[in-house]
Order: sequence, then C-alpha cells, then structure tokens
Amino acid sequence: MNLEGKTALVTGASRGIGRAIALELARLGADVVVNYAGSEQRAKETADEITAMGRRSFIVQCDISDSEAVGAMVKETVDQFGRLDILVNNAGITRDNLMMRMKEQEWDEVINTNLKGVFLCTKAVTRQMMKQRSGRIINISSVVGRIGNAGQANYTAAKAGVIGLTKASARELAPRGITVNAIAPGFITTDMTDELPAEAKEQLISQIPLGTLGDTADIAAAAAFLAGDGAKYITGQVLGVDGGMAM
Amino acid sequence: MADVLERVTKIIVDRLGVEESQINLDAKFKEDLGADSLDVVELVMELEDEFDMEISDDDAENITTVGDAVTYINSKN
Repeated sequence: MNLEGKTALVTGASRGIGRAIALELARLGADVVVNYAGSEQRAKETADEITAMGRRSFIVQCDISDSEAVGAMVKETVDQFGRLDILVNNAGITRDNLMMRMKEQEWDEVINTNLKGVFLCTKAVTRQMMKQRSGRIINISSVVGRIGNAGQANYTAAKAGVIGLTKASARELAPRGITVNAIAPGFITTDMTDELPAEAKEQLISQIPLGTLGDTADIAAAAAFLAGDGAKYITGQVLGVDGGMAM
Repeated sequence: MADVLERVTKIIVDRLGVEESQINLDAKFKEDLGADSLDVVELVMELEDEFDMEISDDDAENITTVGDAVTYINSKN
C-alpha cells in the first residue's frame, strides 16, 4: 500500500481520529493538508510530524459549515499541491442532550458541522477530482448512525445522514472514477470519549463484542485501506470499525 | 464570435466524443449530443477554465444548447 505522490485533505485533523488518519496517510507517502477549527497549536503539531516524515503539509483553519471558507480551503490545497486525491471528511462535534431537553441550537450546530460540512467539502473537491478522473472520498460516520444512541439524537441523525450522503455521492461520482465510502467507528479512545463518565464507559464496553474501546489507529488503518489501490473497486460502502457493535 | 464558437466546439468534441459536423448553435447537449447531467456540469467547468470566467449554478442551468453557451460567454466578455 503506497500513497506516494498522492495528496490528501483531512478535516478535523488536529486531534483524535483525524490526526491519526492524517499521520497514517503521510506515513504511506501522501502529502496532507491539516484542517482544524480551533486547536491551531495541535494542528501545527500534526503538520510538523508530517513534514518530519518528508511529506508536504500545511494547516488551514476553516469552519466546514461555511461554504465560502470550504471553497477557499480546497482552492488553497489545489494551488499548493496541484491536485487532490483523497478527502477525509472527519471533522465533527457533539452537543449531547436528551431529546426532550435538546435545544434547537444544539441540533443545528451538530447537523451543520457533521452533515452539511460533509456535503460542502465533498461538493468543493468534486470539481478537481472530476477533472482528474480519480479521487477517494472517505466519510467518517459512526456506529451510532447505524444503531442509534440515547442522548445523541442530533449526532446520530447527522451520522446516519452521512451514510446516505455517502451512497448518493458514490452513485453520482462513480462514472468519473471517484469512490466514496464511509467508516463507522465504534467507541474509540479520543478526547470525545474521554469526556464520558467512568460508569458510562463501563456500560459502553459491555455492549462491545470485542470487549474494549477502539484505538484511533484502528480507524486510521481502515482509512488508509480505503484510500489505497486495494480499495479501487469499493464504493458506497460503510465499513464498521467498532469491535462488532453493529453487525 | 466565430472564435468563441470554435473554442466551444473544440471542447465539446473533446469532451463528448462527437463529430464536429454534429455541432451547431441549436444542438442540445443532452438530446442531440448524448451528454448526461454530469457531462454538462463538466462542460461548464471546462468552459469556465477556457474562458477564465465563473459561471454560477443558476446560469449554468440555463445553458442547454451550444448557442446558449456561446451567447453566455459573449455576454460576459
């Protein structure tokens, strides 16, 4: 598996799963643009690690729910790297609350970033990838988008929406040599899951057939597979990396 | 004018693999030249590059014939 000469854009790559994916793609030879929303320092650290591997990398601050900002980010990527082979739609937020208590704003924020953001980024890279007659788009969904989760109506709806969007864009873009797939991570050790109380975590683990939380490296390996030559005949699929939670 | 039509024709021939003789101002991309929806989107993208202009999605939707494209480009230059 070799991504030498490929260029990638990973959203939400300053931390967690996005950071692990960015580093793995770079390790396999890709130049990687590191998008972030707030954590500039950590985005820089990711980019520095990538350049230390001898790849090109730069950071772009961008709220992915803002179409103009997304357009500018993709333009900068193509201007600097000359092409764009891989888009990883990873950026996401949570605003958890029981549905009865959930504020409209909490709903909107999560849908705007986690679902609309994927649409905007996909739309923005399509032009370049269509010209190239090739491209890989990898959307990070979630196991909760497949099986639901109490307290996450917004997040669950957005992640299920990402699966639908993956399939629709896979069908639209297949004739142009662009594949679109989703990864549905289970519960992965990140800042996002670190926030959970210990009790909730234990309860979670009891639902995981493989009996443990996943690691960001598990998701990075799946993303690297979908970005590589070995996955050229795979499109519109949802790859669960969840310890068997959804079967 | 002739120059614009010539350049547009060349792009259509390259992109859609049709004969130059099939192309006239009234020719519809989809019905007459065998383009699908994505082909039309791509044609518009190439016209943007060729003529160094941006064509909004709203305007692009109204470009359905070779003549529409030529008229649009001339109106912007």
